[in-house]
Amino acid sequence: MHLPGLAGQPPPVDEARLSDVDEWGRSEHMREIARRLYEPLYESWFRAEWEGLEKIPRVGGALLVANHAGAIPSDAPVIMHGVETEIRRPVYGLADHMFKAIPVVGTMWSRVGGVAAHPENAYRLLRDQRQLVLVFPEGTKGTGKVYSERYKLRRFGRGGFVEIAMRAGVPVVPITVVGSEEAMPIVAKVPSLAKLLGVPYVPITANMLLMGPLGALVPFPAKMRLRVLDPIRFDVPPDQDRYSKSRIMDEAEAIRVKMQETLYEMLRNRRSVWFG
Amino acid sequence: MPRRVLITGLGSFWGGRVAQALEGHPDVEIIVGLDTHEPSVPLERTEFVRADQSYSILSRIVKATQVDTILHTFLVVDSTRVSARQLHEQNVIGTMNLLAAAGAPGSSVRQVVVKSSTLVYGSSWQDPTWFREEMPRVGAARSRVERSLVEVESYLRDFAEDNPHVTVTLLRFANVVGTDIVTPITKALQLPLVPCILGFDPLFQFVEEDDVVRSIEFVTRVGLPGIYNVAGDGRLPWSEVAAICGKRLIPMPPVATELAAAPLARLNVELPQELLDLLRYGRGVDNRRFKAAGFTYGYTSAGAVHNFAGAVRLQRAVGSRRPQYHYEQDVEQFFRHSPAVMRDPEENVT
Repeated sequence: MHLPGLAGQPPPVDEARLSDVDEWGRSEHMREIARRLYEPLYESWFRAEWEGLEKIPRVGGALLVANHAGAIPSDAPVIMHGVETEIRRPVYGLADHMFKAIPVVGTMWSRVGGVAAHPENAYRLLRDQRQLVLVFPEGTKGTGKVYSERYKLRRFGRGGFVEIAMRAGVPVVPITVVGSEEAMPIVAKVPSLAKLLGVPYVPITANMLLMGPLGALVPFPAKMRLRVLDPIRFDVPPDQDRYSKSRIMDEAEAIRVKMQETLYEMLRNRRSVWFG
Repeated sequence: MPRRVLITGLGSFWGGRVAQALEGHPDVEIIVGLDTHEPSVPLERTEFVRADQSYSILSRIVKATQVDTILHTFLVVDSTRVSARQLHEQNVIGTMNLLAAAGAPGSSVRQVVVKSSTLVYGSSWQDPTWFREEMPRVGAARSRVERSLVEVESYLRDFAEDNPHVTVTLLRFANVVGTDIVTPITKALQLPLVPCILGFDPLFQFVEEDDVVRSIEFVTRVGLPGIYNVAGDGRLPWSEVAAICGKRLIPMPPVATELAAAPLARLNVELPQELLDLLRYGRGVDNRRFKAAGFTYGYTSAGAVHNFAGAVRLQRAVGSRRPQYHYEQDVEQFFRHSPAVMRDPEENVT
């Protein structure tokens, strides 16, 4: 499948460059290879289906916020792939700094649009470069939960994502994902090993139990449904030194509740984990 | 008002170049340069004074010459050049002496410019992609050179606070490449195979050496107080830097990298701790504050690397990047002061 280039304002051309790796480490060329490789997974394995894609802004910065699940979460690549192919805008995915320290993985993650989750990074991307930025406010608390707690949203951090959106003067666009919980469910965790390795969690997944070592990487073909909720704009001036902490917490909680209700509604309408 | 300028580290790469640049300014009345060794570039009217490493004679010189501006280009940022002890003497003790002289009661000094490095931000996996001037580094400084620069900057902050009548400028330069400068990075880029760390391809940011000289000249001229990052626009992966220089990479193991790098020192390939960190995580600094203050860069990061690669290619073809200059005290004295030398009043600004 041929994917034409993405829309949005390209960074100023520096003719001295030999590669297209941008200042964040993202390479549109690598992204295209990744999209080509991921296309079968997206179309045939997860059969991803979107609702409300038109609510994602076609121009200007926006902070995409989604629920996060699965030992190796499939929601991140599905959202990035979906938005880039459907809307043709690049998406920068914020992830834990930890990635940068891992050889190969850190470099690959950065080439396909991953950026360390630092408030300054989000601000520069959203405010100065008017890009789409994807963040999972639950962080590893979302991906590290066991199967019995599926679709129960974790705390949305300390509401940092709301503060960044306020400071950058961009809307928050919530996205709810159904299917990622069943793609790689965690049946148990090994806390002692996690502590030893210095990672947030070491999961034992249903995939590993059924597929052996292969299951460490291969997700189940759960049907992925994604719904984009109405963008939330905060009626505050951008670039303030600080914003009311209580307002931030209230907004973050309101978004969480809205997403939780939407998830329950989507689950009520889901007839089958595999067929949607 | 005519300016009287003192440059520390005249014999260093930067001191000499900055002095050369200032010689062209008619409003700069005198230029005095200090260093432990002789200048390496031809100078028209700069007076050279030999000092010891820690600059203990500095207060006498400041008093005698009544300079109003001190350009401190003497800080060592390349830890492979000097021993640990020398590094401390030169950076920390040297700066202390300098600030003591500048802040002495009745001192004539009204402007101090210090050339520091983005090394003060360090390089770690927890870094933001861009450091702004007021952002602290993540974690304590690991290498000697970083520790000494952090210490120097804290002295400078105290000095600026205690002497509000002095315009204090702190410039933090990204990794410099260019026609002449030799650093561990430029040396690494001229090896048959350029070292990298397996699985890492970090983003580098560079500043061209002419932009460094111009930036020091700029802040001296306009009297700009504050801290500024000086770095070219954009960042590029190390693999691309090597590719621009026409080189292939040779990977070092991602674990026990220090051990793997140690034997390379015997082959005259020195990869200090701070460079190994950089080869793993890279570094980016926000250069917008300095641009907003009115400085325009001649080169982007990629442009600076291209310029360097061109200079190396020229050297390979003709043997040198620029003709060498040797300072000879007697000859310089003769040309400057002997009544036998016919001076063209048009050309000579003294």
